[in-house]
Amino acid sequence: MEEKELLPHLFRTEYRKLVAVLCYLFGIEHVETAEDIASDTFLAAAETWAIKGVPENPVAWLYTVAKNRTKNHLKRNTLFEQKVASEIRYSSDKEEEIEIDMSPQNITDSQLAMIFAVCNPLVPADSQVALALNLLCGFGVQEIADAFLLNKEVVYKRIQRAKEKLKEGKISIAQPSVTEIGERLETVLTTIYLLYSEGYYSISQNTTLRKELCAEAMRLNFLLVESDLTDRPEASALLSLMCFHSSRFEARTNQNGEMVLYEDQDESLWNRELIERGTYYLSRASTGEKLSRYHLEAGIAYWHTHKEDSRDKWESILDLYDHLLAIEYSPIAALNRIYALAKVRGKEAAIAEAGHLNLTNNHFYYSLLGNLYTGIDDAQAVTHYQTAIKLAHSASDKAILFRNIARLQGNVG
Amino acid sequence: MDEFLLVFRRDFKDRENQPSPEQLQEHFEKWHAWYDRMTAEDRIVFRRRWDGEGLVVNAQKTVLNGPFAEIKETIGGAVIIRAADYEEAAELAKAVPILEFGGTVEIRKAL
Repeated sequence: MEEKELLPHLFRTEYRKLVAVLCYLFGIEHVETAEDIASDTFLAAAETWAIKGVPENPVAWLYTVAKNRTKNHLKRNTLFEQKVASEIRYSSDKEEEIEIDMSPQNITDSQLAMIFAVCNPLVPADSQVALALNLLCGFGVQEIADAFLLNKEVVYKRIQRAKEKLKEGKISIAQPSVTEIGERLETVLTTIYLLYSEGYYSISQNTTLRKELCAEAMRLNFLLVESDLTDRPEASALLSLMCFHSSRFEARTNQNGEMVLYEDQDESLWNRELIERGTYYLSRASTGEKLSRYHLEAGIAYWHTHKEDSRDKWESILDLYDHLLAIEYSPIAALNRIYALAKVRGKEAAIAEAGHLNLTNNHFYYSLLGNLYTGIDDAQAVTHYQTAIKLAHSASDKAILFRNIARLQGNVG
Repeated sequence: MDEFLLVFRRDFKDRENQPSPEQLQEHFEKWHAWYDRMTAEDRIVFRRRWDGEGLVVNAQKTVLNGPFAEIKETIGGAVIIRAADYEEAAELAKAVPILEFGGTVEIRKAL
């Protein structure tokens, strides 16, 4: 790797590990100290490496500096020592050297413990995603603000609030027990999925950043799947779902950054490797008795990796949506189910069911009606698309709707 | 020309000072650039890479690790440069990248 890229790359991969290991050691009350030490280590690297070049083993250098910084901090800061050092995990005797364990095993354990601490229902959802990006992924306030098109101050406050909640709740950063995993894995997966969705559905035009968010969510999920402790079928199912969605990343926007609908996508742009990974994790998820929403969503996403329509495809998708809605109702899933229904039982049947949904403030609803009426009553279809335009927020959504209307009016004329 | 000792300290109290990877890269390049400039102007008297930690002996003759009291203030490097006077040395110090993240530069003239 070029020297020019090395430091940012190391920051991306190592900063979060340092923070995780130090937080695991200190506890949540001292999360800022952990962040200070990790930041300081990298600033020291920038300064020192500029004089005489990059050391032979830069990662080992970073770990050594961070370890020494931590030891000194523990020794010198008497307040910290009295209050904390006597309680922290690895210190027993004051004379004894405090061990800061940067072994791969401890890094993994620390990251896992941090995931379970951060993805805690005590923290409101929007703060949770910000905190996860900050603490688990090493994203700075500015980067998070850019990703969510938010003011820096807002992000900063969210992160602060989230940290305070965890401190108030005295949330321990520890390996979850088997019972705890049963209870809390769902919350963890919810946060990871939220993080992924923020990247996947974000209105931000910055595709690089959006892809990074998705990649981070997948990385965290991968940690869960790789650990014997947390390798549950639903974790594999979520990872499978994200692989399938991500496989279409290149195909779903055109060169102008506009959305390309599934039906109009160029199949050759779909990432085959991710589809294969997705299929692998889906088969891994097919054990045990529990059928989670992620199993169903991954199943639906699996069928979408087959571009060509078939009876089998749409019947399976409809069946999966029926199950999904029974487990957890959501308006978007209900709308998507209607679309599948139209494919299986025809547009008239779908229109009749769509009437029951009554989602009159949702532009997807009118967009679906526009689609269903197309070919049956084109004038009605245009009216529905026009209503959808009034309700839609993003310019790219509106552009698609205008194009649909133009296509219909072309048919009429 | 006199000789001046410049001591770099990092002192960040603001949580938001976590650098982004890009900032870190820029920071690294600025350090390079600063040393290059000092070298080009033939101002470097003595420059070494220093052990970041060191020892401190206090009044009780206790030997402690590290020259700093807490993580918020950590010593970076130190360099001896040539400058006409304190004023010029201070001007040169203003370009030291350590200031970006809330650091300080201490200047001492060699007598």
